Amino acid sequence: MLPCTGRIDESLLLKAFENGADGVMVIGCLEGDCHYVNGNIRARSRVKRVYSILEQIRIGPDRIRMYNLSAGEGAKFAAFTNEFVSQIENLGPSPINVARKQAARESAQEVQAT
Amino acid sequence: MITGTPKPIEEILEMIEPYDNIIVAGCFGCVTVCRVGGDKEVQVLSSTLRLAREASGRKIEIKEICLERQCDPEYLEPMRPYVEDYQAVLSIACGAGIQFMAEKFMKTPLLPGINTGFLGVTERQGEWAERCQGCGDCVLHLTGGICPVTRCAKSIFHGPCGGSVNGTCEVAKDIKCGWQLIIDRLKSLDQMENYGKLKPYKGWDASRDGGPRRILREDMI
Ligand code: SF4
Ligand code: SF4
Repeated sequence: MLPCTGRIDESLLLKAFENGADGVMVIGCLEGDCHYVNGNIRARSRVKRVYSILEQIRIGPDRIRMYNLSAGEGAKFAAFTNEFVSQIENLGPSPINVARKQAARESAQEVQAT
Repeated sequence: MITGTPKPIEEILEMIEPYDNIIVAGCFGCVTVCRVGGDKEVQVLSSTLRLAREASGRKIEIKEICLERQCDPEYLEPMRPYVEDYQAVLSIACGAGIQFMAEKFMKTPLLPGINTGFLGVTERQGEWAERCQGCGDCVLHLTGGICPVTRCAKSIFHGPCGGSVNGTCEVAKDIKCGWQLIIDRLKSLDQMENYGKLKPYKGWDASRDGGPRRILREDMI
């Protein structure tokens, strides 16, 4: 949890994927409601940049999405989360996780063979 | 400052294809200011390359560094003890910095991660524009502080040419005619007599025409 989505930068989002995330949801305050004026607007443009990076490296832009919510919208938060989780489930594990599993399988086979 | 733009990821991935471990090196100078080669860009590029490579089934190890400047020898020296532990350096400094590093570390291949652009200014956040071509014989005192070499698409010295229409250059509608800007500025400064003081031709001997240039300051050596 960060005090403001304005703290988020592209490298933090990419790190989440490096650390094994299949999808990343960024939730900021409603636009126009940022306590720090435009933190959530900046976050939106950084998330957009990460879309394009993920697209270029074929991990897929659909694995990251930004939502805007107020602190009082618990039901909406749950609905958005369910929506995003099912979107990621449909996409399946990220190519990074697929490659990691494959590598783990191969090294296990090697161990068995020896 | 020297400006630049990132190279497409595809192109960088192709460059680093033969390697399993590399250094990604940024610079805290010009390229940090124009947001193309600083510490943050090193982190983003390194993560991007690691993700792309791992997804393709061949991991890459990356050491991330950002030097104070890549165009000064003292900031390159600290890399010497470990640079040969890596198969290549991908630098996102300007072309000068990259070349200087290549000269210092003769055994290590140097790869450019950005396309170096021009000597320019930040017109507003996220927008940079060219202002000087380093011609070696500045005439800004005669041209109202507006560079004819850079701002005129043809670098002519007694413009505007016939392609100037309502202050716009014939090269593109979004380019202002540099010479119209100069004349307007000279008029507003009441310095139109400067137009006549410009040399009939510009000598380019102080510019690039004599090959790569060098400045020698005896008092500093
Ligand atoms: S290496 Fe290039 S970008 Fe870095 S400070 Fe020197 S001139 Fe500027
Ligand atoms: S006249 Fe030459 S040195 Fe002066 S701003 Fe133009 S290109 Fe640069």
